[in-house]
Amino acid sequence: MPGTTTQSPTPKIVFKDVRKEFTVKDRAGNRRTSRFTALDGVDLEIADGEFVVIVGPSGCGKSTLLDLLAGLDRPTGGRILLDGRPVTGPGPDRSVVFQQYALLPWRTALGNVEFGLEATGVPRRPRAARAREFLGLVGLSGFEDRHPHELSGGMRQRVAIARSLAYDPGVLLMDEPFAALDAQTRESLQDELLRIWQRTGKTVVFITHGIDEAVYLGQRVAVMTSRPGRVKQVVPVALGSRTATDDLRSSPEFARHRHRIWSLLHDEVTRAQRLEKEEVSV
Amino acid sequence: MSPVPGTTTGSGTTAPDSAQAAAPLSAPALPAPSAPTASAPSEGPSSDARRALATTERIRRSVRRLPHLLLGGATRSAAIVALVLLWEAAPRLGLADRTFLPPFSEVAAAWWDLAADGQLADNARASLVRSLSGFGLAVVCAVPLGLLIGWYRPVADVLGPLLEVFRNTAALALLPVFVLLLGIGETSKISIVVYACTWPVLLNTISAVRTVDPTLLKLAKSMDLSAARVFQKVILPSSVPMIFTGIRLAGAVSILVLVAAEMIGAKAGLGYLINASQYNFAIPQMYAGIVTISAIGVAFNQLLVALEKRLSSWRVPAGG
Ligand SMILES: Nc1ncnc2c1ncn2[C@@H]1O[C@H](COP(=O)(O)OP(=O)(O)OP(=O)(O)O)[C@@H](O)[C@H]1O
Ligand SMILES: [Mg+2]
Repeated sequence: MPGTTTQSPTPKIVFKDVRKEFTVKDRAGNRRTSRFTALDGVDLEIADGEFVVIVGPSGCGKSTLLDLLAGLDRPTGGRILLDGRPVTGPGPDRSVVFQQYALLPWRTALGNVEFGLEATGVPRRPRAARAREFLGLVGLSGFEDRHPHELSGGMRQRVAIARSLAYDPGVLLMDEPFAALDAQTRESLQDELLRIWQRTGKTVVFITHGIDEAVYLGQRVAVMTSRPGRVKQVVPVALGSRTATDDLRSSPEFARHRHRIWSLLHDEVTRAQRLEKEEVSV
Repeated sequence: MSPVPGTTTGSGTTAPDSAQAAAPLSAPALPAPSAPTASAPSEGPSSDARRALATTERIRRSVRRLPHLLLGGATRSAAIVALVLLWEAAPRLGLADRTFLPPFSEVAAAWWDLAADGQLADNARASLVRSLSGFGLAVVCAVPLGLLIGWYRPVADVLGPLLEVFRNTAALALLPVFVLLLGIGETSKISIVVYACTWPVLLNTISAVRTVDPTLLKLAKSMDLSAARVFQKVILPSSVPMIFTGIRLAGAVSILVLVAAEMIGAKAGLGYLINASQYNFAIPQMYAGIVTISAIGVAFNQLLVALEKRLSSWRVPAGG
């Protein structure tokens, strides 16, 4: 398993004083606009092969941060470096797993996985074989010819994961990918994701609302402040061997980490709610 | 107006009919596929034997389904049979004036005569050539145009109100304008069909392109696809079902408008046949023309519906 070092020589991903503002309309029909600061002063370094989880109150800018890293949007200020180079746009070195699966409904499971490969210019013949291989990796062998509407929610999310893994990006960006799933499916997908991560050694940035999920998955958990978002604290999680078969979630270590992150988050959520109330009353 | 007594009975019964017809069909279809798969893993010595088993199973399944199919066909045609019977009986029983509504058998006989001396085929051909060429021309022009307008958002915003105005102007209201500008020849008739067919196709295509799932567009962007690729791989396939709905609407419109156009100054066509028959007081012939148009309309629509279903099977869970 990759070490949990923050001080590795060249970090895979660097956020340096990242700021993001949005232009918002004041009132409907009014031409005046104002600036809305979603992120302000985000600093975070992620090592190659690391699994980092980001948690934070709703609306603190987690998805915005991921969009910036994916190259779907540009920061207003600060710098985002990937392998030491600034991020200027999307690229095949990163892949995003969206919360809403984002599967092409007219394509089969296989076709959806192939979609990612077409984008990176893999020739037709090896494409299908590779797509099959990755569907197998997420446990969907035999479902190649099903359309998304013939799959369960968990299966759809697994297709989406297979798609983002198949074109072999160095970095996997996941925005609350398991939020819409039931507890059992979520736990099995978490284990599957850990297994895949350990096997492929990819760098994973994973956003979640679930504290348990954060502690279970992350080597480090970055807790964000409420709006404007900033990284409040990075909590290293040391749980010993993850592959141990006994119930990791009920260990005292797990509970300790869980409580630590919970209290960090709790303060922020109360602050966010107070802020919102003040905003309404102004 | 022949279908007046019938339309109410017809529309009242067809809906429950089709629902009933669908239910028994799916029932025997479900357990059948599990049978060969269940037997497959238990013995694997000869694949020939298994294939033979599967074939007999398939035959047995269709035989078992035959009564259901017949029943389904019967329920679906029951309303039409009832309409025909009513049509036959009403004039004979004096419920309707025989001169204006001759019994169905007389209409059928007139239809047979028209078919035998080739008049029907000639007129139907004239109509079909006009409506199909108008329809085809409209589809060929409106689909690419709609894709273009939908793709360039500013263009859509500018043209939107104008398109609304045209869409809401009944094509038939413009018929005199077309006749004025283009005369009463083929050009004006095909033009009015093109005009009427363009709107459903164009507007559906535009809104299909504009309502593409934004997360899919975000996905395409995250994969760094070029604009042309996004169009080819995401926008076009996701628009197909809605475009096809527009095409199906246009199919119905093409026949509707053409018949009306043919009633004004034409020398051939089913609209002309109906109008001329009425003028010459050949009432059974007139009804024969009307029935033929209905039949063509239904057949055309069925064809387009089947095509639409094939192309958008991914949208609605197939089989329900
Ligand atoms: N395109 C945009 N235009 C204007 N404001 C935006 C835009 N995108 C996001 N925001 C604002 O930025 C803030 C952060 O949004 P973001 O979606 O990143 O939050 P989040 O942390 O992902 O929240 P959640 O946990 O609920 O998903 C929100 O207050 C949101 O209103
Ligand atoms: Mg979010």
